[in-house]
Amino acid sequence: MAQLPKHRVELIGKGVTGACIALVALLVVTLVAMVAQRGIATFAVDGIDLGAFLTGTTWNPHQDDVSGMPTVGALPMISGSFAVTLLSTLFALPIAIGSAIFVVEIAPGFGRRVFQPLIELLVGIPSVVYGLIGLTVVVAWTRDMAAAAGQTITGFGIFSSAIVLAVMILPTITSLSIDALAAVPGQYREGSYALGCTRWQTVWNVVLRSAAPSLMTAVILGMTRAFGEALAVQMVIGNAIQMPTSLFTPASTLTSVLTMGMGNEAMGTVYNDVLWSLALLLLLMSLVFILIIHLIGHKGGTKRG
Amino acid sequence: MAKFDMAAHVRRINSQDKIATGILTAIVGLVLLILAAIVIYILVAGAGKLFDVSFLTSKPQQFKAGGGIGPELFNSFYLLFLTLVISVPLSLGAAIYLSQYAPENWVTSVAKTIIETLSSLPSIVVGLFGFLFFVLTMGWGFSVIAGAVALTMFNIPILVRTCQQALEDVPRSQRDAGLAMGLTRWETTIHVLLPAAMPAIVTGIVLSAGRVFGEAAALIFTAGQSAPVLDFTCFDLSSPSCPWNIFRPAETLAVHIWKINSEGVVPDLEAISNGTAAVLMVCILAFNLIARFVGKLLERRLTSE
Repeated sequence: MAQLPKHRVELIGKGVTGACIALVALLVVTLVAMVAQRGIATFAVDGIDLGAFLTGTTWNPHQDDVSGMPTVGALPMISGSFAVTLLSTLFALPIAIGSAIFVVEIAPGFGRRVFQPLIELLVGIPSVVYGLIGLTVVVAWTRDMAAAAGQTITGFGIFSSAIVLAVMILPTITSLSIDALAAVPGQYREGSYALGCTRWQTVWNVVLRSAAPSLMTAVILGMTRAFGEALAVQMVIGNAIQMPTSLFTPASTLTSVLTMGMGNEAMGTVYNDVLWSLALLLLLMSLVFILIIHLIGHKGGTKRG
Repeated sequence: MAKFDMAAHVRRINSQDKIATGILTAIVGLVLLILAAIVIYILVAGAGKLFDVSFLTSKPQQFKAGGGIGPELFNSFYLLFLTLVISVPLSLGAAIYLSQYAPENWVTSVAKTIIETLSSLPSIVVGLFGFLFFVLTMGWGFSVIAGAVALTMFNIPILVRTCQQALEDVPRSQRDAGLAMGLTRWETTIHVLLPAAMPAIVTGIVLSAGRVFGEAAALIFTAGQSAPVLDFTCFDLSSPSCPWNIFRPAETLAVHIWKINSEGVVPDLEAISNGTAAVLMVCILAFNLIARFVGKLLERRLTSE
């Protein structure tokens, strides 16, 4: 085979690698466009009121409401999603930041050699395995605890889901927090020590404060993961589509309803369209989280630069 | 006004420091305990099935006890293989373009943002898009290939990031030396940068393989939830029992755990899901160990030459 001229090889190389990235970008754009198109059909084609969808508290697509439209209030799932996300972040946050401080400020060697590889392992555990543990251990544990306190519950619900999710997002928040704390310049710490501050005073007043924007990013990425997690939540939340009134009664989230419902309904029915609207809502919410992260990144950037 | 008591102040901040260190140590202990508890629980609960050859090779049962996970085990590896075949070249191409050619303009930053966005999208959304686009629009049906493409979308952002990082971590002097010798950018990348970045790239690929292997949410609506009995003597690529047929449905281990738990009709549900989870866990642990081992091995070979 004749040797191709150098500039041709160069052009081909550039073209092929550029095409790879264009293909990926195209796929993502197609994803957003297709989900949006199906999700909007509920309102544009089926004529369901967007306000009623977002604020309605009753979900019963096979029954018509007073206006003669299927009853598709999505607020139970929306509030379920936010409840599990906030609660799991609340559980995970102190543990994640605490271990990050330990690993960066107290025992860096142990952190690099032992802790970080183990945290990576925790990331690798499949979400169905977390779901299974939630189902067999956390749900039973919650039920027994309540029984000891004289309450009878199933154990399924927002509380159990939040525990499972907290363990799942713990490694995400922890490893990003470790990066955030490690990025704080050493001079800041030395300055603080030189003023006679203890290690804890330095961590509390100097390190945590200057790492705050990056810590915020870590937390929001963890929340994004919690908000979008489907199977583990579906296995422990109990799947009752009703407004959550207690942390210990069965509830549902956007993801759990999608997981359960999408396979059962034929394409093109109103019920199916509404499920796609839920998917669109989930997609938009994830985009909002990503946008917030970008805004924080820019703010941090201008402050430092 | 009371006089400022320096000694008391020092005592107070010192004891605060000690208490904080104690609490942080306890938190790290808790994290390690949770991790150990999860891994040990899964391995012990499934230990009985883990070494049971007939469980690992026989087909699952729908309504009676004693089913196996043979087809699921094969499907998991086959899907992983196909996913890597598609996603590795694509990600490597994208990473090479981003690190070597990408001009600093808005097109590049949009492309980067899109890939970042993809990494934060919930995997259920990716799965639903796969269902809409590959299963329905392209008419592939629930199939191995639809699952592999969905997993590719899920895998690309991670792989692009690790490959790009690996390429950029190669000392600049090596690239300059290549260019100074009259090599084109493409030749420098292929002959100088890629070999030097190989250990990090391979480690990244194997680690991502672990995540792909355990993914379920992106698969339930793409690769499907049924596992046809496989006949390994069949090489008719259009037959649903041919293992290599890419247009047959293929339930994986992770999907199997989710499905039998949500259906709940198999009598030995707990034993089967624990056994499957243990098999999944062992594979994930193996991927983690292999990633570390191969990375070190390649590094040693490269640096000793």
